[in-house]
Amino acid sequence: MSSEMHSGIVSPEGNWWVPAGPQERRWVKLSFAWCMVLFAMMPLWHLKGGQNPSGIRARVNPADFQARAERFIEEYKVSDEKGFPVVKPPPGADLYLIARMWQWTPVMILKKDVEYTLHLSSLDVNHGFSLFPINVNIQVIPGYDYALKVTPNKVGEFRVICNEFCGIGHHIMIGKVVVEE
Amino acid sequence: MTSTVITSMAQRMRSCPITGLKVDINAERLIKVNAVVAVVCFLLGAVAALGLVLTRWQAVHYLSVQMYYRFLTLHGLNMLIFFIIFFEMAVLYFAGPVLLNARLPAPKWGWFAFLLMVVGAVLVNVMVFSGQADVLFTSYPPLRAASWYYLGIILFAVGALIVTFLFLAALHYAKKEGTYKGSIPLVTFGALTANIIAIITLVHGALIYIPAYLWSLDLISLDPQVYRLIFWGLGHSSQQINVAAMVSIWYLLAGMTVGGVVLNEKISRTAFVLYILFISMASAHHLLVDPGMGPAWKVWNTSYAMYLAVLASLIHGFTVPAGIEMGQRIRGFTQGKFEWLRKAPWSDPGFSGMIISIIIFGFMGGITGVTIGTEQINIMAHNTLRIPGHFHVTVVGGTALAFMAVTYYLIPLIFKKRVAFWGMARWQPWVFGVGISIMAIGMSFMGGFGVPRRHWDITATGAPFPLEFHPAVDLLQAVFGLGGIIAVAGALMFIVIAVVSVFFGKPFSEESVTTKASGVPQGILALPAQAHSGGAVTRAHRDGTPGTVILTFIFFVCFVVYYFINWKLLTFLWRIG
Repeated sequence: MSSEMHSGIVSPEGNWWVPAGPQERRWVKLSFAWCMVLFAMMPLWHLKGGQNPSGIRARVNPADFQARAERFIEEYKVSDEKGFPVVKPPPGADLYLIARMWQWTPVMILKKDVEYTLHLSSLDVNHGFSLFPINVNIQVIPGYDYALKVTPNKVGEFRVICNEFCGIGHHIMIGKVVVEE
Repeated sequence: MTSTVITSMAQRMRSCPITGLKVDINAERLIKVNAVVAVVCFLLGAVAALGLVLTRWQAVHYLSVQMYYRFLTLHGLNMLIFFIIFFEMAVLYFAGPVLLNARLPAPKWGWFAFLLMVVGAVLVNVMVFSGQADVLFTSYPPLRAASWYYLGIILFAVGALIVTFLFLAALHYAKKEGTYKGSIPLVTFGALTANIIAIITLVHGALIYIPAYLWSLDLISLDPQVYRLIFWGLGHSSQQINVAAMVSIWYLLAGMTVGGVVLNEKISRTAFVLYILFISMASAHHLLVDPGMGPAWKVWNTSYAMYLAVLASLIHGFTVPAGIEMGQRIRGFTQGKFEWLRKAPWSDPGFSGMIISIIIFGFMGGITGVTIGTEQINIMAHNTLRIPGHFHVTVVGGTALAFMAVTYYLIPLIFKKRVAFWGMARWQPWVFGVGISIMAIGMSFMGGFGVPRRHWDITATGAPFPLEFHPAVDLLQAVFGLGGIIAVAGALMFIVIAVVSVFFGKPFSEESVTTKASGVPQGILALPAQAHSGGAVTRAHRDGTPGTVILTFIFFVCFVVYYFINWKLLTFLWRIG
């Protein structure tokens, strides 16, 4: 340890590459160990955890995505609500949710404890898929198909809030998902 | 020939009666103009902030939808870009030429850069005010602003880039002309870190705003995901400029207010280098739930290659308070574990501002940031109010407050004025710090209930399906609103003090020190010893810093608990993969 000491505005002279004091060394070691824990948690959760934003990711032409989504709606449509088609796809189906200024189409009826593949994309600008009230948030970007395996674990009525600014009507962009037994 | 050079150089320098440093007149003037413009931008941002707080607080809901997003754009740009970077330019001129006793080479370039930055900032503000750039701070394409908007940002960035090269030139000439002995001081080293990160950041800025400008002229196409990737190479890396500048200011103020020492140069400097090495990876935090990148990319980058940049902040989180403790112990405050803290100069806003900044940044900003920046936990946080809840306690409660604290020292030392409304100045860091903390807590918890950020109306009036949040959100909104109003009050206090001091303040001179005039921080009235040797150092090494060990341990426990609570919360979600 050095025999002189100075503040941060003094130019240190001589060799200052010297060992730190014991308390400082201990803190650096503890911090480093904690950083390794922080790092390990993410790959570990991929192996053991149930919530990972991995998905199947692909580029998609917005017109193609729209065509796929419209086929999906046509096939499984059961009714209309407030001008939105309501679909009830079979368990395990690929779901297509269109984001555009300023609506989420269609309304979906899903089954609890069944895995679906949810495709998200936008036809115009960036949008944000925010499943309310359970707080699942995914970025929706035009030109990209983000397909996530999702398994609803609660019965009830959910909302899809848009949480990426998408223009003046951003706040009315509210969609609906229903989960049944 | 040589003598005329020396004479002309001598005319360009003045000697500081307090610190004994030789100050280049051009550097001093550039510090002044950059700091003044920074405060003007801060005022614009603060006024906008008040409008935003009074709109998101649904009980008030003041602004129209159009004005809300316009104010939000204005607030983000003026606070996060213009205020911060103008102030950082002042910090660079101070930590380079001034602290090194050196001249500022090519001062004309400094003035040219300043001009470019002002023109850029004015252009951007005019575009936003006139409603031609309602695209928010991030301007994600395909949302489009008028071309002049992107050009304004480019001019501003080019100006800032010139200043970063001037700083490097000043360091080079200081070394060559031998204006200091040994190594550059730690504070300058930290500023050099900020400077290098600024260059990396501004290059990202050029890489994205030049294509965006061309795209706005319909000359090229622009991929929205690629934009987000490179934009955040600017947007988040620039926050690391702030961190490095803020930590440097902590070291500076620690020294000037209580004679805080550097425990170990090797450790503190290595920590700064870690910032530089892992900074461009910070972009990934913003893309954790984006479709463009895979899990391996996200995990590696969001962790800054195994959290080594976080390690850097954890190190400073110990060495700064420990340096303060050791400095205070050398000054004789050796009783118990916390006499050094109890008997610290709490009525000096330079000191209190620094401490509050350290606490807010570390305890609130750091812990929340690392947690919500975890790949999977980000699913619960992305684009909710937890995000602004986090960065208002890093960049505002941390960086902006540190900038305010150092301003109380710059006013006498650089502007040669006494601080006006000294009684109010003593309270200002507390008001601002408490306000911003309350506001951020309100935001963070609202985000936990799924309340989105950047949203005019969470009652979703006119939406096809009704939206009703948990009743607790109403209470949290009031907490957020009150905190926000207190923070804006603290910000306006700072602006009034700074403007009145600089333009109408009483002059500061050596006489102000001998008469102990009001409006002069105690660290300037009696600058603590900046270097020690002999028995005091031996005793300091022997006693260590027991108080800081306890404080950092409490911090560590909070961190671990908060982190794992969030993993637990994640398990309640749907399965996603």
